[in-house]
Amino acid sequence: MFHYTIRRLLLAIPTLLVISLIIFLLLDLAPSDPTANLPLTIPPEVREKIRESLGFNEPVHIRFLLWLKQFFINEPLNVIESWLGLEQGDRLRVLSWQTRSPVVDLIVQRLPQTLWVVGMSYVVGVLIALPIGIYSAYRQYSWFDQIGTLVSMIGFSVPTFFTGVLAIVVFSVWLGWFPSIYDTTHKVTDWDSFLFQVRQMVMPVCVLALFNAAQISRFMRASALDNLNQDYVRTARAKGVRERSVVLIHVLRNSLIPVVTVIALGVPQIFGGAIITEQIFKVNGLGQLLIIAIQGGDVPTVQTLTFIFAALIVFFNLIADMLYGLLDPRIRYD
Amino acid sequence: MTEAVHSTLVDKTEPRSQWLDVWDQFRHHRGAMLGMAFFVFILLAVFAGPYLWTIDPQYIDIRARSQGPSWGHPMGTDQLGRDTLARMLAGGQVSLAVGISAMLLALVVGALIGVLSGYFRLLDGPLMRLTDLFLALPLLPLLLVIIMLFRDTLRSAFGPETGIFFLIVFVIGITSWMQTARIVRGDVLALKEREFVIASKSIGTSPFRMILRHILPNVLSPITVSATLGIANAIITESALSFLGLGFPSDFPTWGRLLYDSTDYLQQYPERVIWPGLAISLTVLSVNYIGDGFRDALDPRIRGR
Repeated sequence: MFHYTIRRLLLAIPTLLVISLIIFLLLDLAPSDPTANLPLTIPPEVREKIRESLGFNEPVHIRFLLWLKQFFINEPLNVIESWLGLEQGDRLRVLSWQTRSPVVDLIVQRLPQTLWVVGMSYVVGVLIALPIGIYSAYRQYSWFDQIGTLVSMIGFSVPTFFTGVLAIVVFSVWLGWFPSIYDTTHKVTDWDSFLFQVRQMVMPVCVLALFNAAQISRFMRASALDNLNQDYVRTARAKGVRERSVVLIHVLRNSLIPVVTVIALGVPQIFGGAIITEQIFKVNGLGQLLIIAIQGGDVPTVQTLTFIFAALIVFFNLIADMLYGLLDPRIRYD
Repeated sequence: MTEAVHSTLVDKTEPRSQWLDVWDQFRHHRGAMLGMAFFVFILLAVFAGPYLWTIDPQYIDIRARSQGPSWGHPMGTDQLGRDTLARMLAGGQVSLAVGISAMLLALVVGALIGVLSGYFRLLDGPLMRLTDLFLALPLLPLLLVIIMLFRDTLRSAFGPETGIFFLIVFVIGITSWMQTARIVRGDVLALKEREFVIASKSIGTSPFRMILRHILPNVLSPITVSATLGIANAIITESALSFLGLGFPSDFPTWGRLLYDSTDYLQQYPERVIWPGLAISLTVLSVNYIGDGFRDALDPRIRGR
C-alpha cells in the first residue's frame, strides 16, 4: 500500500506538470491582450510599458518557468514563513493582472464562501442520499423506490441553473421567504444575524444538494442491491441476526465501500460545478473569481485557479483509490 | 446453456435478430417509451414546427412587448416584442443540433481511441495516459477559458453564428469522449480473446477489416448507451455556457440563452424563465430515460426477464 501510494504520488507530478503546461499554452495561444480593457486614452508607449511590467513580452518558456517557480517555490515558502511567524521574505509572487495583488491572497479571500455554500451542500446531499439509497434498495420496486428513482432522475436531468432560478422565483419573488442574493459581507454576531445567514444559505445549498443527492443515492441503491443478494446476508438472517443489524451493519458497511470512493471522486467537481450556482445566487466565491478573471483576460489568476482545480481532481482520484484499498481487504495494490 | 439456446432456436418459427430482441425489451420499459415519445415530439416540433408557426423569431414588434400568453402569442412576447414560441422553436433547433453533433464528435473520438487502445497493445499505454490526462482536466473552467479566448477569432473566420457553433460543438465533443473510450476499450480487450476473433485472425484477416467486421458491431451496445447519455450531457453543457453568457450571441436564441435573458426580468416576469427551463429539463430527462431503457435492453443478463 505504501509503495503504491508513493508510486502514485510520483506519477502525479508529471501529470500535473503536463496539465499546467496545457493550460498555459492554451492561454498563451489565445489572442488576448491584458491591456485591452484599459482606457483608450493611454498612449501606445505607456501601453507597451504596462505590458512589459506584467512580464508579457518574455518568451513563452521563460514565463512558464517563472510561473512554476512562483507557484511551487515562492508561495509555499511564504506560507511556511507565515505559519512560523517569521518575517516574510521579498519574493516574487503570482500577481493578478487585474488587481495587481497576489493571486493566492485573492483565493484565500474567496475560499470560505465557496467552502461554506458548496461544501455544505455536498454534506447535505450525502446525508440525504445515503438513507434514501439504502431504503429504496431494501424495498426495491416499492412506491418509495419508484418515487426515489423519479426524483433522482429529475435531480440530475434538471440543470442547477434552472432549479436555482426556479427556487428564486418561488421562494424569493412569490413567497419572499429567502433573499435571492447571497450577502458575503454579512457577519454572524448574534442570533438574528445567524438566522439571516441560515436563510441566505438555504436556497443555494438546497439546489446543489438536490443535484448531488440524486447521483449519490443512485450509486448507494445499486451498491446496496448488489450486497442484499449476497450469500453472507442470507447466512446472517439464517443464524437469527435481527433485520435491523443485517441491513444497517452488514449490508450498509459493505455497500458503502464503492459509494465512499464515488463521494471522494465528486469532491473536486464541487468546485467546478459551483461556478454556475455561485453565478445564480451571486456568491463571490472561487467560481465567480474565475469568471471575472476570464472576462478580464487575467492570465495568472486563470492559470492558477484552473491548475488548483486540476490538482484537486488528481489528488482526490488518488484518495479514492487509497480508500478503496483501505476499506476493501480484497483489493491490494502491491 | 447450449441446450437452452438450441431449443429456443428450434421453437421460433421466424428468425430473430439481436436488435429485434432489444426492441422487444425496450418496449417494456415504460419510462424509456415515454421518453422516446417526448423526444420525437420535441424533434418534430423544433424542426417541423417553424413551418407551421411562421412568425419570424427575430421580428421586433415593440408595441407588443412583454405580453402574457394570448392566442396570437401562446407563450407571450419578450421585452422587444419578439414571439416567445417562435424563439423557443428556433432556440431548440440550435440546442438540439449542438447536442447531437457534439455527441457524434465525442462518440467518434471515444470509439476510435477505445478501439485503438484496446486492439493494439502498443497504443494502449499512451492512449490511456491521454485519457487519464483529459479526465484530470477541470472541464467547465477550461471550456469557459477556451470559448472566451477563441470566440473572436472564429467569429471573424466563419461569421458570428457558424463560428460559435463550430467552437461549442468542438469544445464539448473534445472534452466528453473519455467515458466512451474507457468502456469501449474494456469491451474490446475482452472481445480480442474470444474464439471468433482468434479464428478470424488465423485465416489472415487484416486488423482494419477485423475492427470493422468483428469488433465494432460487438461494441455497438455500450456505444449506443453512451451516445444517448452524451446528448443529454451536451445539451446541459451548451445551456450552461449560454447561461454564463459565454455561448451564442443574444440575437441568436438557444434554450440556455433564453433562460439567461429571462433571468434579467425575474422580478417583473418570473413566468418567462419557465418555458426554456422546462424545455431543457424535459428533453434531458427524456434522453436520460431513453438511455436507461437502452442500457436495460442491451444487457443480455436483464433481457428476456
